Amino acid sequence: MDSTPSIRVKNLTRQYGAITAIQNVSFTVNPGEIVGFLGPNGAGKSTTMRILSGIMSATSGSAWVGGVCVAQSPHEVKRKIGYMPENNPLPDDMRVVEYLRFRARLKEVPSRKLRASVQEVMEICDLARTARRKIIGTLSKGFRQRVGIADALLGDPEVIIMDEPTIGLDPHQIQGIRTLINNLRGKLTVVLSSHILPEIERSCDRVIIINRGRVVASGTSSELREEFLPGNRFDLEIDGEEADVIAELATHKIEADIVDSQQVDDFTYKLSIKTDSEAAHGPHLIQLLSQAPKFKLHSLAPRVPNLEEIFLAATKRSWEETIETKPKMAKETVSTNQDTTSS
Amino acid sequence: MRHYLILLKHELRMLLISPPTYIASVLFLMLMGFLYWAIIRGMVNAPADLLPSVQFFSVFWIPVFFVVPLLTMRSIAGERSLGTLDTLMTTPTSRVAVVLSKFSGAYIFYMLLWLATLCFPLIASKLYPHAATSGSLLDPASLIGSYTFLALSGLLFIAIGIFASSVTRSQLVAGMLSFTTLFVVIVGGQQLGNIANNSVELVAWLDSTVNYLQIFEHLDDFSRGIIDTRPFFYYTSTAALLLGLSTLVIEAKA
Repeated sequence: MDSTPSIRVKNLTRQYGAITAIQNVSFTVNPGEIVGFLGPNGAGKSTTMRILSGIMSATSGSAWVGGVCVAQSPHEVKRKIGYMPENNPLPDDMRVVEYLRFRARLKEVPSRKLRASVQEVMEICDLARTARRKIIGTLSKGFRQRVGIADALLGDPEVIIMDEPTIGLDPHQIQGIRTLINNLRGKLTVVLSSHILPEIERSCDRVIIINRGRVVASGTSSELREEFLPGNRFDLEIDGEEADVIAELATHKIEADIVDSQQVDDFTYKLSIKTDSEAAHGPHLIQLLSQAPKFKLHSLAPRVPNLEEIFLAATKRSWEETIETKPKMAKETVSTNQDTTSS
Repeated sequence: MRHYLILLKHELRMLLISPPTYIASVLFLMLMGFLYWAIIRGMVNAPADLLPSVQFFSVFWIPVFFVVPLLTMRSIAGERSLGTLDTLMTTPTSRVAVVLSKFSGAYIFYMLLWLATLCFPLIASKLYPHAATSGSLLDPASLIGSYTFLALSGLLFIAIGIFASSVTRSQLVAGMLSFTTLFVVIVGGQQLGNIANNSVELVAWLDSTVNYLQIFEHLDDFSRGIIDTRPFFYYTSTAALLLGLSTLVIEAKA
């Protein structure tokens, strides 16, 4: 693959009046990657995506899609991008195939290839047999979402940007969309945003976490795990006192902290412990703890932090950082952050 | 240009399949038919010095007040509130093409409605052949003049509607905005004219400016078959200005 990154964003800033939606956002997406955009409401995900697709202009900074500057040649960029906006707006009174043909014409698909390319995207999105002639207004949410994705795929874009493609879908439909995105892997660069963290974790190669207008973390989920939640974590179930576990481990020179504890009944506790010690691997711990005199070990399992925990840690950390750096500003930005949520 | 044609085709197609179009046209034709009938009926009872078509077109403002806002309020405001304007903007389509296609769609429909009123004199001339032979029903000069006037003023009226629709995301606001603007443009011009006629004190250049803005005066000229170039300039330049502004508005707040 060629070396020019699919998307390069440098110091992008966008302000709505006094409110800063995104500030100095920089990241790169390589060709063929599937990148997930994560962030709480109002973090600036949609703003970034809208700037990338050329709907909105940035206050400062630059963005390139496939080596073409978005601000300088927006038309060129629009030919390279397939964009599916938040909530996936579609005209209710058109038929699926009519709508897609209309979109294909607008996206400058040559009229010779029109029918074929519409048919192709309908087949990719599994619309060809079931929903071809249906009126969009009567479609279920899952099918509407497919129509949106089919539309984004039209015109052979290099990059597909989807703003919350799985919002409001049931688990079956989410799985369908996931396989669809998986099928695109390697052929296209996909950028998607979502609140549903397991969703991103499963389908994306890389995650960019954005909070309050800044990129707070970027990398694969295992890299992020290392960065934000280092050390090993275990879930234990014991009969006995929590403090005894820590004491027992300390006697074997393993330092551990209790992250979470839950009392099941009078004797039984469920614990989550965290340790930085290299020696603390599963078999070793089982051996140590099962010989302990003061309590009885029921179960022990390694715990891999999921993206949710990483996300919470990352956003919390960025939050603390901003408080430390600008103690005065912090209060203001909280309220502005809430404001941007609705926009 | 290519995008403009695609969008226009889409626009006309959407007009054809949407029920409001048919409701608007039925109501429009019913109202205009009734007015025409009332005019003819009045002529039977008392002789009038104006031709029926001249009288008929002098009430053009009645349908304009409701048809133009209804036709245009949905165009851009509706797309914006639905979010389809965003999806349109992500295609390599220029903003000018979007605004122009919306404008042309509404304008074509507006003119088709007016052309349908041509049926009234035709029906009347079938029913009263002797009136037709005297030339009072189908007077070519007044008909051509009146339709030219409608086509010209329609440019301005529809452009006002499109502009009103482009500045907001609420269809209701767009409708009210275009209604009040149309009211000011049509009735306000006449009121200015009345003031100008009553007071002799007006400066010469102001007088000519006021005359320039009088839509009813233009209609009077046109319906007598006098085609003046000044109204041409007035309607086309204002319409172009408003459409240009709408394009800028869309560009600024997609």
